[in-house]
Amino acid sequence: MKDSMAKADSGSASGEVGPAGAAGGGEAVAAAAPGDLAKAAELGARVKLPVAARGKIFEWAVYGATGACIAIIAGLFIELLANSWLSISTFGLSFLWTSEWNPVTNQFGALPFIYGTIVSSAIAILLASITGVMAGAFLAEFSPPRLAEPLSFVIELLAAVPSVVYGLWGLFVLGPVMRDYIEPFLQRYFGFLPIFAGTIYGVGMLTAGVILAIMIVPTVTAISRDVMRAVPNSQREAIWALGANRWQGFRMVVLPIARPGIFAACILALGRALGETIATTMVIGNRPAIAASLFAPGYTISSVIANEFTEATSQVYLSALLELGLLLFIISVIVNGLARLLLWTIFRPMES
Amino acid sequence: MTEQEERGRRASGMSDKLAARHFSAYFGQLRAIHDVNLTFPANVVTAIIGPSGCGKSTLVRCLNRMHEVVPGARTEGEVLLDGEDIYAPEIDPVQVRRRIGMVFQKPTPFPTMSIEDNVSAGLRLNGAALKRPERDRIVERSLRQAALWEEVKDRLRRPGASLSGGQQQRLCVARALAVEPEVLLMDEPCSALDPISTARIEELLFELKARYTIVLVTHNMQQAARTADLTAFLYGGDLIEFGNTRQIFTTPARRETEDYITGRFG
Repeated sequence: MKDSMAKADSGSASGEVGPAGAAGGGEAVAAAAPGDLAKAAELGARVKLPVAARGKIFEWAVYGATGACIAIIAGLFIELLANSWLSISTFGLSFLWTSEWNPVTNQFGALPFIYGTIVSSAIAILLASITGVMAGAFLAEFSPPRLAEPLSFVIELLAAVPSVVYGLWGLFVLGPVMRDYIEPFLQRYFGFLPIFAGTIYGVGMLTAGVILAIMIVPTVTAISRDVMRAVPNSQREAIWALGANRWQGFRMVVLPIARPGIFAACILALGRALGETIATTMVIGNRPAIAASLFAPGYTISSVIANEFTEATSQVYLSALLELGLLLFIISVIVNGLARLLLWTIFRPMES
Repeated sequence: MTEQEERGRRASGMSDKLAARHFSAYFGQLRAIHDVNLTFPANVVTAIIGPSGCGKSTLVRCLNRMHEVVPGARTEGEVLLDGEDIYAPEIDPVQVRRRIGMVFQKPTPFPTMSIEDNVSAGLRLNGAALKRPERDRIVERSLRQAALWEEVKDRLRRPGASLSGGQQQRLCVARALAVEPEVLLMDEPCSALDPISTARIEELLFELKARYTIVLVTHNMQQAARTADLTAFLYGGDLIEFGNTRQIFTTPARRETEDYITGRFG
């Protein structure tokens, strides 16, 4: 039916030229099936469907796309649940707080991985949110426009570097720097804190956190810059007219207005840190143990899945890895859910 | 020009609070204000009228150095506040703006602040932390001066953006008054308001001029006729005529002024 409509109309519209025709044709092509597209191209005509039909097709497409997203998420969850059922029924809830991970005896517990994932991501978001928000503020508010453009480009370029490159760099450059300079420095002055005590390896939780921070800092920077730029200029002028300098205006007006957006930027970045696999795997040390020291090696959920998936020989081993995947999925949902909740309860009342 | 100024001064019988001397303003290459000489006597409402794009907003923004926050904007000439040039190199524009307050065309309450925080926003800029009772006193005084106190006294903690448009504009007036400026610049303060709110702002001008020097930019000639003691007519970046409001509106000296006030253009 769609086909016949397109054909019928293409005849009448074939003589049409100019921007209006082109725009109409573009819409119809976007909404139509690939078959129609080919035919339209063949005829060399600009396809134009009746307005009502275009609206209907668009409506279906919107419903379809939304439905597909929901179906994918639901399917993912069900599939993960089904495949990890063996592990769930074998270990029960104690899977969550058991530290032993022994493929030889088929004893599996997820605690070190949950710990490693959360701690490395927490370090990353702590470092990246401070750095990213400051960089975003500089680009949006304080730097001369001529400097802001190239700087923004370079920072966004950081987001385009493949994570395996970060991993490699982390292993060969950042790791030794951490081992020889940064970690000894921290130990010397803050060694009384258990998190900075113990043997220094170079690879470990802190290095993984720093690599993750570097990877997510462009996200935080770019989004916080955009939300700060979106603050109307009339607001800045209003506070300047009261006798505020640039810094005061930023702190009293721009930052509070941009805060929910900055918060959202951090959550988005945290989501990336939680799921990041390759770079973390290369620098975290891959030892399933919980240590008080951030210098000690650790392990994350995504790293263990990536490392051991191919060598999971027994059913229960494979199932335990899938349950880890399910856990990561749930952690991400919880983090995002909490963030939403926070956005609604804390920031909403100020807006109206 | 000096003859016009003289007429303005004589009409007011007051001392000059603020004065522009051979003042020009630019946006990049474009000269928006051409060599303007204009005095604003103390405790007087001076209206600046003229058609859209004549430079009246630009001129008023130059009076508290807000023009220069626009990229590419620059100025020539002097603006004297109590005889001292605010464009002198050693003068900090931030300090100038504390002495010369401003109310903008559209109400701009700070959306993340409560009504009382909006009013006291300027007080927090000085670095010295005010004690709570002192701050409350200033908030009340400023809101009373802006004729808003009775309407908001029971909801000072509510967001400033929860007020109506007219109330928001009076909140902005209160906010500007809280820092006790010497001059109050109002850039078409009623253009986004309904007639009732406009009337309230106009009443306010009468009360405020006892304490402040007021410069009112308006595209509404009736408003200038109702509220201003002196009126300056600006056209194409030039000051065409300046004098007593009644004289400007009844017996304008210049042809352009007459054409504008009789509605022949603009």
